[in-house]
Amino acid sequence: MPLRQKFTSSLLAQSFDRRSFAVGAIQGGIGLLLAARMGYIAVAENEKYETEAESNRVNLVLIPPRRGWILDRKGIPLASNRADFRVDVIPERLVDREREIAMLGDLLKLSPVEIQDLHDKIANASGFQPVQVAEGLDYDAFAAVTVRQPELPGVVPQRGFSRYYPTGPAVGHLIGYVGAASREEYEVEPSPLLLTPGYKLGKDGLEKQFEQVLRGEPGARRSEVTASGRVVRDLSMREDVQGKPIKLTIDGQLQDFAARRIGLESAAVVVIDCHTGGILALVSMPSFDPNTFANGIGRVEWKMLNDDDHIPLLNKALRGLYPPGSTMKPMGSLALQRQGISPDEKINCPGGYQLGNRFFRCDAVHGPVDMRGSIEHSCNTYYWSMSHRVGYQNIAPVAKLLGLGKEFELPGTRQRYGTIPDPEWKMRRYKQAWTDSDSLNASIGQGYVSVSPLQLAVMTARIASGKNLRPSLLFGQPKPLGPDLPFTPEQLAVTRDGMFNVVNGHGTGVGSKLQLEGIQMAGKTGTAQVRRMTSRGAVGAWKDRDHSLFVCYAPAAAPRYAMAVVVEHGTFGARAAAPIARDVMTCLFDPEKAWAGLLEMEKTWGGTPSERLAAKYAAYTATFGTTAPKVAPDAAVEAALAESTTAEPAAPTSGVTTGAERGEATSPMPGEAPPSAFPPLEPEFGPAP
Amino acid sequence: MIARTMVPGVLANLPFRVLIPLTLLTCFGAAVLDSAAGGSFATYSASHLIRFAVLLAMALVLRQFPRGLVQLSAYPAYGIILLLLMAVEAIGAVGGGSQRWINLGFMQLQPSEFMKPTIVLALAAFYAALPPGLVGTWRALIPAGALLAVPMALVMLQPDLGTAMAIGFGGVVVMFLAGLPFKWFAGGAAAGAVIAPLAYFFVLHDYQRNRVLVFMDPESDPLGTGYHITQSKIAIGSGGILGKGFGEGSQSHLNYLPEPHTDFVFATMAEEWGLIGGLMVLLVFGIVLRWGLGVARRAPDRFSQLLAGGMTATMFFYVAINLLMVMGLAPVVGIPLPFMSHGGSSMMTNMICLGTLMMVDRWSQKAGRTGTLG
Repeated sequence: MPLRQKFTSSLLAQSFDRRSFAVGAIQGGIGLLLAARMGYIAVAENEKYETEAESNRVNLVLIPPRRGWILDRKGIPLASNRADFRVDVIPERLVDREREIAMLGDLLKLSPVEIQDLHDKIANASGFQPVQVAEGLDYDAFAAVTVRQPELPGVVPQRGFSRYYPTGPAVGHLIGYVGAASREEYEVEPSPLLLTPGYKLGKDGLEKQFEQVLRGEPGARRSEVTASGRVVRDLSMREDVQGKPIKLTIDGQLQDFAARRIGLESAAVVVIDCHTGGILALVSMPSFDPNTFANGIGRVEWKMLNDDDHIPLLNKALRGLYPPGSTMKPMGSLALQRQGISPDEKINCPGGYQLGNRFFRCDAVHGPVDMRGSIEHSCNTYYWSMSHRVGYQNIAPVAKLLGLGKEFELPGTRQRYGTIPDPEWKMRRYKQAWTDSDSLNASIGQGYVSVSPLQLAVMTARIASGKNLRPSLLFGQPKPLGPDLPFTPEQLAVTRDGMFNVVNGHGTGVGSKLQLEGIQMAGKTGTAQVRRMTSRGAVGAWKDRDHSLFVCYAPAAAPRYAMAVVVEHGTFGARAAAPIARDVMTCLFDPEKAWAGLLEMEKTWGGTPSERLAAKYAAYTATFGTTAPKVAPDAAVEAALAESTTAEPAAPTSGVTTGAERGEATSPMPGEAPPSAFPPLEPEFGPAP
Repeated sequence: MIARTMVPGVLANLPFRVLIPLTLLTCFGAAVLDSAAGGSFATYSASHLIRFAVLLAMALVLRQFPRGLVQLSAYPAYGIILLLLMAVEAIGAVGGGSQRWINLGFMQLQPSEFMKPTIVLALAAFYAALPPGLVGTWRALIPAGALLAVPMALVMLQPDLGTAMAIGFGGVVVMFLAGLPFKWFAGGAAAGAVIAPLAYFFVLHDYQRNRVLVFMDPESDPLGTGYHITQSKIAIGSGGILGKGFGEGSQSHLNYLPEPHTDFVFATMAEEWGLIGGLMVLLVFGIVLRWGLGVARRAPDRFSQLLAGGMTATMFFYVAINLLMVMGLAPVVGIPLPFMSHGGSSMMTNMICLGTLMMVDRWSQKAGRTGTLG
């Protein structure tokens, strides 16, 4: 059997020799392979692995730079930084999100609402984008988190600086706010600084516009860390370089006063320096508190902002558009004088004006009025009659000359310039011919006319100073004057006389005379119709009431400050807007007196705006708790600020032109009929005694 | 007279050219463990050295065992270990979880460790008893295959893939050395190539499957399972030629390297001692294994040959798989590096192998002196 013979003892012994030799060779081969492999890793790839070991070992932590301050004209901070203990999380590094957030909630005593907001923010964050858990912590809470850090991977407690706005809501719209970088912002600027916990960049307004100036240089700390992130020792440290400050023309105290004086109203106040054009106050209230916005917007806060019919996210000073009403009359008087109308010519006001078969009713039977009287008593008949005579096409250019319908070069602002209508515009916009009644409406600041509070303030400053002032926001950088205004001093004097008498004569604003020794104010009231109504004034729903406007300057003899106040749905100009203007003006000359009065008023309003916001937040939390709907993503919040007019409920009957076209709009807003669709338009209801 | 020559005689014939490097390697291992413990000798190093001393003494006792007794006890030993393996399985099933050891109160007994040398012993005995004429028939394969497959299956159930593979490797090497037809191994390899993918999908546990996946591409999971391999390579690679110096390894000291004192002790060493240290370790293992194969080749009879060859293969398997793993050439399996890793069971197994090799070596010396088989 050849097969059997193959296996004998001696053959097997030979086979063992051969095979054990083979096994030895294989073992030796693997030994050589290992040696070669090790040589390759340790010699050929040594540099690569040394770098990796080093990047394991050494942790480079960027220290967010302290942000540059934003100062008012006197050097008082409108935005500063305060030292702070804070806790952030990096969602990507969280190992067990639920457990870690629950633990943080325990350690930091977060409320259910705050924990819910934190979950939302983490869900929306992408990758290594840090999410703030809390800032402004006391040392004990901070230390509690620091001690537990090994159990909390992805949680970053640190001390640093956070943005602080001492006057909170008063500067919200003016300065904007800061916040952690969004995914979009990181894509535009992929800098590691944007992913550093605690770093916040400007999200709106001046904070956004001057981001690069305010930012500064981040510091850095190199430290040796273990795999679990515990710092073994610091290796080296580079201090941050604080961002540069920017100084504004704003008077911080005045800004705060105006914001608080607005009280419970929805209003805008703009104050301009008649010497330089510098803006001293640019206020829109109610507002948001940039201090809490910096922490990211929670559900309750978002609901609060959206529920408010006063539209806190709308900067009414720049983006609110209103029919100016009778505040147009001083401008009108200048336009008429340019057309050769003698200021002394009297027009008889029988209580209205007959145009064809329609009768435009004035507020009162004024009898014979001259130009000064037409301003003092706000007589519509005078302007209807005169504009019919000189033609509206000669009035509109003067309105534009004084700044109405114009956009101004102001950093960090988004303005809407409204409408100074003319026949060509109407044809383009509505495909309709201009009518005489359009002229009549426009001549008293109604109908298609819409302007912003800033424009009204610029107009008033130009009338008061006689100079073609251009508004500026940066201190020490006034804008050069525009081309000379084509009015003679005599013509300006007539207009100013009329405005002086409004407050100091027998006019519509005598109730708001300044209670100051030797300083008098000149002004003009305005009451702008929101919608055609059978009943007017203070009756009816808030949304249906007239807007209350007042423009003024002081001292009347040598104008220094010009102001425009618009109170949404504030009824008569003399009732809501003029007293605010009087108190703000008082604050410029006698702050003590003004503040004393304000503090009394605030007692009846439930405290300062910050206090009222806090109380409202508490009430909302109590009512809605964690049931409030989710916050829209960051982008939507920014869009709401940028395009906040869309937040205005689009009631088809609303004549508020804040929802209307921005300049060269090509088609009518859906659902909004042109104002001439319901003629005859009721003229302005008259003066309040 | 006899007593005077006995003691020096025992020591004089010891394989010092192996024991001395091995002792040095263990001391070197103790130094590395000292560093891995952050400069604490008591944590790992002390017990490492004590274990080595105790187990070396045990190996020297083992060396004195006579051949007849060893061959005779092969099947009983195999049977006992197999029963223990089944007991572990039963306890695990009752306790409701996987278990690898039996708690004896004073120590934890891990029967699968004992199975590694025992399978070699049992198969060596089997082939020594098999008439040479039957080597090419199914009677050479089927009983041996059963001897091998049963413990492997039991260990696989624990589940402990690494140990099962170690048992399988030792057994297969004995079968190869026993002279089974080469085509059977070729066929087995081919079958393995077919079965491996099937085993991958149907036998391996998720975590094991994941380890294989990550081995193919460590960067796919740099913070998960691939972390081990990546960090190990960083430790070895950053050591360079001369290393970072004793106690200066950042990878191990800052906890980037997982298991710096057990499975990845070689990486801990290489970071601080560099390529030089690595080659030294390889050299010592080379000396030991080369000596082991030499013992097998010099062995006086078939049983001793197969026994020594299988023991060498078992030791080789530890070293090779561990080093391939830490250098990223094999998936992560929990196999320590003999004489360097901290841990009792692997030290014990390797000492059994070493003791057995010295025993076989003693048999051949005796046979060489007397001219007969002892």
